[in-house]
Amino acid sequence: MANLNINGKTINVDVEDDTPLLWAIRENVGLTGTKYGCGIAQCGACTVHIDGVAMRSCGVTVSEAAGKAITTIEGLGVNNALHKVQLAWIANDVPQCGYCQSGMIMAVAALLKENPKPTDQDIDDAITNICRCGTFQQVREAIHAAASA
Amino acid sequence: MLPQAHKEAAMNQHIMPKLNRRAFVIGATTAGAGLALGLDLPFGGPSVVRAADGSPEVNCWVVIRPDDTVVIRIARSEMGQGTLTGLAQLVAEELECDWSKVTTEFPTPGQSVARKRVWGDFSTGGSRGIRTSQDYVRKGGAAARMMLIQAAANDWKVPVSECKASSSVITHMPSGKTTTYGKVAEAAGKLEPPTDVKLKDPKDWTIAGKGLKRLDTSDKTTGKMVYGIDVKLPGMLNAAIKDCPVFGGKLKSFDEAKIASMKGVKKVVRVGDSAVAVVADTWWHAKTALDALPIVWDEGDNAKVSSETIAKWLAEGLDNAQPAYVGQQNGDVKAAIASAAKKVEAVYSYPYQNHATMEPMNATALYTADKCEVWCGTQNGEAAYAAALEASGLPPEKVDVHKMMLGGGFGRRGMTDYVRQAVAIAKQMPGTPIKLLWSREEDMQHGKYHPITQCKLTGAFDADNNLVGLHYRLSGQSILFSVRPEALQNGMDPAAFQGVAQSGEAAIGYTVPNLLVEHAMRNPHVPPGFWRGVNVNHNAIYLECFMDELAQAAGQDPLEFRRKLMGTHPKHLAVLNAVAEKIGWGTPAPQGVYRGIAQVMGYGSYVAGAAEISVTDGSKIKVHRIVASTDPGYVVNPAQVERQIAGSFVYGLSALFYGGCTVKDGRIEQTNFDTYNSMRINEMPKVESVMAPSGGFWGGVGEPTIGVAAPAVLNAYFAATGKRIRTFPLRNQNITFA
Repeated sequence: MANLNINGKTINVDVEDDTPLLWAIRENVGLTGTKYGCGIAQCGACTVHIDGVAMRSCGVTVSEAAGKAITTIEGLGVNNALHKVQLAWIANDVPQCGYCQSGMIMAVAALLKENPKPTDQDIDDAITNICRCGTFQQVREAIHAAASA
Repeated sequence: MLPQAHKEAAMNQHIMPKLNRRAFVIGATTAGAGLALGLDLPFGGPSVVRAADGSPEVNCWVVIRPDDTVVIRIARSEMGQGTLTGLAQLVAEELECDWSKVTTEFPTPGQSVARKRVWGDFSTGGSRGIRTSQDYVRKGGAAARMMLIQAAANDWKVPVSECKASSSVITHMPSGKTTTYGKVAEAAGKLEPPTDVKLKDPKDWTIAGKGLKRLDTSDKTTGKMVYGIDVKLPGMLNAAIKDCPVFGGKLKSFDEAKIASMKGVKKVVRVGDSAVAVVADTWWHAKTALDALPIVWDEGDNAKVSSETIAKWLAEGLDNAQPAYVGQQNGDVKAAIASAAKKVEAVYSYPYQNHATMEPMNATALYTADKCEVWCGTQNGEAAYAAALEASGLPPEKVDVHKMMLGGGFGRRGMTDYVRQAVAIAKQMPGTPIKLLWSREEDMQHGKYHPITQCKLTGAFDADNNLVGLHYRLSGQSILFSVRPEALQNGMDPAAFQGVAQSGEAAIGYTVPNLLVEHAMRNPHVPPGFWRGVNVNHNAIYLECFMDELAQAAGQDPLEFRRKLMGTHPKHLAVLNAVAEKIGWGTPAPQGVYRGIAQVMGYGSYVAGAAEISVTDGSKIKVHRIVASTDPGYVVNPAQVERQIAGSFVYGLSALFYGGCTVKDGRIEQTNFDTYNSMRINEMPKVESVMAPSGGFWGGVGEPTIGVAAPAVLNAYFAATGKRIRTFPLRNQNITFA
C-alpha cells in the first residue's frame, strides 16, 4: 500500500512496497503512456520525473517514490496544453514506432529544465535512451527546436 | 558428419512452422484474388456498405463521413516505418481529397476474409508495405473519386465530364455549383464501380511524393497511442510466460503449489508442450510468481549445442568438397582460380541477431465457446488470424484479430508464436481476456534470430590485375527452411542469395567473367527469422568488404575498382556515384578522417553508402558522417524515406558494434540490453540521404540501406587502420564507438 502523487493527484495503490513504480503506474494507476522496455533501467522507455528529476521507473520502488511528486507523460503538459518538448516533437515529426518516445520526451524535458540551451555534447551526455527505430537525428533537431521555442 | 544434436535440430525445425504454413496456404490460395483486387472486387454495389459508425463506404478503401472526414483503410501494419501515412497519401492523391481531413483505420483480417479478401495482402515485411499494394490502393482512391463525381453529376443531372473534384469539393464547371464529398458519399456508395480507372502520372502528384507529416505522430507524443501492451479489457488478467530456454526442448513439470498462495496468482497453465504461464491480476504479480515457480525442463540433445559447435559445423560447409546449392554461375570459376596470376581469399562470419523491438512480444486474447478475439501488434494481420484460428480451433467466422500499433517490428512481428501462446492460455480460461506479455528476457531468448552464416570468398586476378574470377561460398542457416519450407526450390533457399543473386530484386551489381555463388545449407536449432534487411545484411558485408580487399590487392581505388565491374549495372552504379560525389570521394578527407564505400541491391531498390570515420587507439571508432543513396523507383514520402535510411544505419551499426547473440548449452546467452546493447544518440552519425528515384519500378525502403551500413564503416576502418575485421560484432574485437 502506498500513496503516490502522480500528475498532481494523490492515488492510493494497493501493491507491495517493492513493486516497481513502472508497474504501479501502468497496472494500478492505469496510465499506460509510460512503457516497459527492459526492466533493468537500461533503455529509458519508462522514464518519469520524480521531484523534477528524470528517473527510470522500472528501477524505483513504490515505497521509494511515495510522497514524492511523480510526473508521467500524461501529466507533462500543463492546463491541457502540450509541453514545448511535445510540440517540438510534433513539429519535427520525431517518432517512428513511438514506443520509446514517452521516455525520450520525459528525459528531454528534464534536461531542458536543468539546461535550457544544451549543446550537442550536452545532449550526448544526458540522453541515453534506446530507440531501436533510430530516430536520433530528429530527436536532436527537436531538442534544439524546443530549446529555442 | 553432422553432430547428433544438429541432426535433431534439423528435425526440430518443424516445431514452429506449422502455423506459418497455414498462413502461407491462406495467402497462396487467394493471392490471385488479392493481386487482382482494386477493381473486380466489391466496391460498394447497389447497397451501401457501412463502416462501424454508419458512414458509407465509397469502396473498401474509402469511407467518407457526412462531415467530410475521409477515412482511408490501411491493410498493412504501421511499426514506425511510415507505411500508414504513405499508403494514405497514395489513396488521397487519386481521391483528390482534402489531406487535412484524412484519418485512417485498420480493417481486421476477419472482416477481410469475410469479404473475400477485399483488402488483399496484410503482410508488412520485405519492405513490401507500399510497393506491392500501391497499384490497387491508388486505383481504389481513383475509383472512389470517379464514383463521388458521378454521384454529384447524377444529383445535378449534368454530364459527369463537366464536373471535377479537388480537395474534397466537386465543382460543376459550367455553372460553378459545388458540393462536397461528404454530401454525395451515400449516393456514391450505391453506384457500380467504374471499370476503366486511370492513374495519375507520378510527375503530377501533389500529395504523394511530398514529405508530409505522419498521421500518427500526435498520440505518440502524449502517451495516448495504444500499443498491444496497453490493451485493457474488462475483467482482463495478465500472463507471464517461460518457454523452454533450449529451443526444441520440452516442459517436463512445474510445482504449482509453491506459488499458489502468492499475491494475485489465479492460475498456472501449460502452454503447448514447451512453455508454462502464470496468470495473475497484474503482470507484475504474474512475473514475480513465474520467477518463483520451480520448473523442470526436458532440454533434449540441443542442450549440447554451443556457438563453438555451430561455428565448427558451418566452417565445414566452406569446404568445396561439401555439397552446396548453386545460386548463380557463369564461366568456370575453379579454372579461373587455378590459373590466376594472383589469388585472394578471405573468410567472414556474421552472428545471430535479436530484433529487440522496444515493445516486447505480447498479445491479448479472449476465448469463449463461440468466439476468439485477439488484440496485438502484428506485421501480418492474416498470419495472426491464421494462428488464432488454429490455436482456438474455431471456424473462421468466429475468429478475429484487432491490429494494434506496433512498438517496433523489424521482421519479428511477422511471426505469430506469441499470438498462438496467448490464445492457448485464454482457451484454458474461457470468458476471461488474457494479456500475455513477454519479459525482455523471454524476448531476448526466444527470438527468431537473424540467421548465422560464414562465407569464404576467393578472387582471381589475371596478370593485368583484372578480376577474372569470384567464388562466393556461403555456409549457414536458411530462414525459409525453417519458416516457409514450401518456398524452397528443390531444397535450395533462393532468398539466401539476396544481394548476390543473378537477377531479380536483389541482384548483384558486378559482372565477373567467372562467377560462382553457392550456399552450403546448415540449419542449427536456433530458430531464424526475417530481421530487417534479412540475408542482404551478411551478403552485403561479405561481398562489399571483400570487394575492398580485392581493390587493395589490385592496388586500385575501391571506387574505381568497383566501377570497372559495374558497366552493365547502371542503376547500381548511379547510386554508388551519387554517394561518392556527395561524400567527396577522391578529394582529401578532413585530417584524421577516413572513408569507406559500399553498394548493394535489395527489395527492388538500388542503394549505396559512404562513411567518414576516425579511429583512436586502433579501437575507438567515431562515425562522423554517413551518406546514403537509394533509388527505389518512386518516393512516396521523402521525409519518411530519410528517416528509414537513418534508422537502418542505427539498426545495422548497433548490430555490427554491439549485437551478436551467442549460444551456450543450447540457449541464447544474451538476456537484456545490458548484454545486447543498442546505439544511443551520442553514437549517432550525421546521416545525409540522396534520394535518386529513377521511375519505372517500385522498390522497397525500410530495409535496403541497412545492407551498406556495416560494410561502409568497415571499409573506412580498414582505410584508417589497415586492418580487416571479418568476424562480428566488433565488441568481440574490443572495438567500440569512441
